[in-house]
Amino acid sequence: MKPARFEYHAPTSVDEAVQLLGSLAAEDGRILAGGQSLVPTMAFRLAKPGHLIDINAIATLGQIGSKDGALEIGACVRHAAFHRPVVAGPLGQLMSTVVRHIAHYPIRQRGTFCGSLAHADPASEWCLVAVTLGAQMIALSTRGARTIAAEDYFTGIMTTALAEDELLSQVRIPLLAPDTRFGFREFSRRAGDYAIAMALVTFRLDGGTIVEPRVGIGGAEANPRRIPEAEAALVGKPAELTTFRAAAEIAAEVVEPMEDMQADAIYRRDLVRAMTRRALEQAAQ
Amino acid sequence: MSDKRDITLTVNNRSYSIRVEPRRTLVDAIREDCGQTGTHIGCEHGVCGACTVLVDGAPVRACLMFAVQAANKEIRTVEGLGSVDNLNPLQRAFMEHHALQCGFCTPGFLMLVTGVLEREPDIGDDELIDVLASNLCRCTGYQNIIKAVRAVAHDMRQARSNASA
Amino acid sequence: MTIAQPHAGWVGRSIRRVEDPTLIAGAGRFTADLPATYRVRFVRSERAAGRISKIHVPDGATAITATDLAGVKPIRPMLHKFDYVPIGQPILARDHVRFVGEPIAAVVAPSDAEAEDIAEAIEVAMEDQAAVIDARTALAAEAPRVHAEVAGNLIVKGAVETPGFADARARADSIVRLELRSRRQNAMPLEPRGGHAAFDAGSGRVTLTCSTQMPHLTRTAITDLLGMPESDLRVVAPDVGGGFGQKMSLATEYVLLVWLARKLRSSVAWHEDRRENLIAAFHSRDQFIEIEGAFDSNGKLLALAADVIANVGAYSCFPTTCAVEPLMAMAELPGPYDVRAYRCAARGVLTNTCPMAPYRGVSRPVITFALERLMDRAALEFGLEPSEIRRRNLIETFPYVSATGLTFDEASYRQTLEMAVAALDLPAFRARQQQARARGRYLGIGFSAFSERTGYGTPAFAARGMEIIPGFETIDLSMGPSGLVEARIGASPHGQGLRTTLAQIIADEIGVPPDRIRVIHGDTDRTPYGFGTFASRSAVIAGGASLLAARKVRSKLIKIASLLLEAAPDDIVLDGGAAKVAGTDRSIAIEALARAAYHQVHRFKGEIEPGIAASATYDPAGTFANACHVAIVEVDPETGQVRIENFIAAEDAGRLINPMIVDGQIQGGIAQGIGNALLEEIVYDQTGNILTTTLADFLPPTAHEIPPIELHHLETVSDASVTRAKGVGEGGAIGAPAAVINAINDALAPFGAEINEIPATPRRIRAAIHAARKPAEQRA
Repeated sequence: MKPARFEYHAPTSVDEAVQLLGSLAAEDGRILAGGQSLVPTMAFRLAKPGHLIDINAIATLGQIGSKDGALEIGACVRHAAFHRPVVAGPLGQLMSTVVRHIAHYPIRQRGTFCGSLAHADPASEWCLVAVTLGAQMIALSTRGARTIAAEDYFTGIMTTALAEDELLSQVRIPLLAPDTRFGFREFSRRAGDYAIAMALVTFRLDGGTIVEPRVGIGGAEANPRRIPEAEAALVGKPAELTTFRAAAEIAAEVVEPMEDMQADAIYRRDLVRAMTRRALEQAAQ
Repeated sequence: MSDKRDITLTVNNRSYSIRVEPRRTLVDAIREDCGQTGTHIGCEHGVCGACTVLVDGAPVRACLMFAVQAANKEIRTVEGLGSVDNLNPLQRAFMEHHALQCGFCTPGFLMLVTGVLEREPDIGDDELIDVLASNLCRCTGYQNIIKAVRAVAHDMRQARSNASA
Repeated sequence: MTIAQPHAGWVGRSIRRVEDPTLIAGAGRFTADLPATYRVRFVRSERAAGRISKIHVPDGATAITATDLAGVKPIRPMLHKFDYVPIGQPILARDHVRFVGEPIAAVVAPSDAEAEDIAEAIEVAMEDQAAVIDARTALAAEAPRVHAEVAGNLIVKGAVETPGFADARARADSIVRLELRSRRQNAMPLEPRGGHAAFDAGSGRVTLTCSTQMPHLTRTAITDLLGMPESDLRVVAPDVGGGFGQKMSLATEYVLLVWLARKLRSSVAWHEDRRENLIAAFHSRDQFIEIEGAFDSNGKLLALAADVIANVGAYSCFPTTCAVEPLMAMAELPGPYDVRAYRCAARGVLTNTCPMAPYRGVSRPVITFALERLMDRAALEFGLEPSEIRRRNLIETFPYVSATGLTFDEASYRQTLEMAVAALDLPAFRARQQQARARGRYLGIGFSAFSERTGYGTPAFAARGMEIIPGFETIDLSMGPSGLVEARIGASPHGQGLRTTLAQIIADEIGVPPDRIRVIHGDTDRTPYGFGTFASRSAVIAGGASLLAARKVRSKLIKIASLLLEAAPDDIVLDGGAAKVAGTDRSIAIEALARAAYHQVHRFKGEIEPGIAASATYDPAGTFANACHVAIVEVDPETGQVRIENFIAAEDAGRLINPMIVDGQIQGGIAQGIGNALLEEIVYDQTGNILTTTLADFLPPTAHEIPPIELHHLETVSDASVTRAKGVGEGGAIGAPAAVINAINDALAPFGAEINEIPATPRRIRAAIHAARKPAEQRA
């Protein structure tokens, strides 16, 4: 299980990285950030990139902070950065809750937030966060920068709207209103395993009724997505078990589950139902 | 054809000038190029944790980093903890609590715990189990590893509170 | 039953292990730590069945194929009973491949990465053939044959029926039947297999260092296959990173390494990677069992019947043969219960899958699962507590000769059950369970009572009709002039702490502390012929041989002391590193005796032979350890997830030589049993492609999944073992799956759901709930 040969490049500036990627993308040049997903696939020789462009030495990509009402996360910000809230308010809390479900401690020391989004595993927690909270992806290439909205970003299992020569340099997540409530529930075989199904929900309460609900489901379909039908079932309803059950039932009905060794469609729907209801209950507490 | 590169790895404060292909993983370089075989290989895809080492203080999977990425960083391995005749407190706790049988996973657990306790000395018992779930042991059933690590974490907290009192 | 009394010596004390400092300091020496000139990479079959038409090797590459190995014999394990059909396994596939992962070619290169580059470039042209994956399908008349010479793929079949079985069954008030399935598992030692073969030009010898549990038999087998003098091969088992049975059977890869080292006159190494380990190291436990119990109106088992089908994979493992699972199932299925009428049919079936071989407990985790499920199902029908139906059926008088002719020595089946029941407070649990159900939470309790045949010697293996009868162990014990003791053993521990345990046994006999005793193992040049460490045998058999040899050394020391101290031998006491004359202050240090034995032999005046050395061999009939395991679980009915709240084991392994080590063995075994029960499964698709090729798919438990394990001990003294110790290596793994699955079924009772499959994955549990669809479902 040794990787195939590749050429290694270690640019020290974003410009240099983008130039390299522009010239090497055609020779299967790929970005190496945390490497926690890429290197295993290389070990199994499922991926054999001709070039790796290691962006870990680019200091500016390690930056994280809030600006213009959004949390800006640079390409080299590690999962472990989120162990404690990175920003005051519910978004920081939400991310520090979710990060505990991402693999294990040593993996979180190396793996990056943006790397998870670039890899776009259906079971990725960060992809679910991005799509549920309406993140924006900043893609850089020699052609310039462009912003991709989360709903346009995911295009299939481990495929995204990023072009081969584009570096995902930053992800922006809108800050959540201070009274936003959230719930996150994930089902996996063991702690740290890939999610078989997970639900991330947020809403606010206005006099006991639900406003601005978001229901995101991950791990069940090729990409995580919001479930508008379930959100519609929550709007203006009291935050109570019957409401949550109804929304969870809808989520379970409308997903089109993947089938694999771990779960057939019936079982995945069961899990979507349970995770959605539990996430909603958690948010209401 | 990719060329080999000359790099310097600093393992347990000792410099090793080695020549490696970029595809050489850090764990292979530590074992084969630096000759430090205490770090083990159990899966080469980042799951088992037998290859866990500290890179600039952080416990990481040495099978998921390339050696060229670790050039000029501080690498610590089990050989840097204590010797056969002079085990450090964590190592002694593994012995006292029978936290190993075949010993193959032990170096990885020791480095994982060393890194975590240095960075998060106040880590709680439940969180500690989360951390220990990072690595696989096939012999012990984990209970004695948990006991050993809790005992050391407790002793460290005790020592700090005594020092500050 | 006699319970062992506290003991004043080293035996019975939890001393720290002599093995530990080296391993903890990272100074252990494992196979992969040795440098080699060449690395070997195997090209493995990607098809489950096919005929090789051409192997294309790129120019300039070194690759060995079957045609290069013309003079090398196939591995052909033999059994002389039970209609066993011998089959051969070539070292590299010749013409046909029979499972995904079978080695086809071996690439040699200076590094692992380069060898892998070349292996990837080798093209194997193959004509697909029909494969058969499932054992029951393989038995069908129209099924393709895995080996042409084995009709119906039935490689071995055993059958037993006690006289009067039908009558006993006819007297029953109630017949309880179950069908059970155990899915395929991998022992998954954390160190995969691996070997390093080095040719020495001076002597012409090869040293094979490999991660094995059986160095001596590995040596014999390889020299037989290669047709080389046995003395030209030295096999070394260095530190071995777990084995659990997987490293007991001969690896074809090691044969090739020795052949290559001789051909290249150099050193070659192969380090199995995890993917290879998961697809091509030995698998186990792939069984179907139908079981039937005939009970009288009091819940007493009158007759037991079973049909066992074991999927043995594509080849037969060496040395036990692939019959080991089905035949052990047949011989030991009645377990710890008193049942006189027994009928069993057991079949081993070839399929196009990775070969099966022993894994911790071999068949017993599966048959215990079957029998203990039967007991719980019967308890439900009779309205009895699970503990009560066991109470009415466990063996209580000894020696007990079982329906299959096994002699059960003194044990504590009933007492360990009562001990476990007392430890968990059953009435309190039932009350808590009721309260939890009212709140929509589902707790369950599961019992598993079992006997574990351990430390058995040649008669037991001979009864199976094996060509190679393992069983005895020999120890060469010597004390050098400095007074240091060396104990050379053929057993080959790999994590069990046997060096510590044996040193404790020897120390008590010869009066020196364990740190003055070096136990040497795992090297055919330095140890007497022996079989290795497997089958919960080493503490009993190597321990017994150690005791017998130590007694001889003790006599010699006493003889020398008696002469030097001018006292009667009966008055000499060996203790604290000295020989003392009882009731006096006269003594002499043992070192002085040792010195005299080598350097001042003239003082013996020809009455005592020079030197201090003794050998002993131990070959016992075997002894049964026993235990009662109890699991308390909570099942999440919405997801099927199981959390083990508590696990209690009341164990009887006879005299505990080092209680700390014994507890470690039990805890580790239970953890594997929990993994077997809930998580671990090797999955093939219908074409024989293996789907579980990473540790993200094959799921051993982590620190999260293993609960605190509460251990209680009884120490029954049995004459069947000279040390009074019984084996303990496998018991944890044998009992735990049944306890966990019974607990899950207890938790699922309100749903009317039942699961009789291991692993009981969340999906399967959820499917069982769907299938039952009882009113409780709506409440969940």
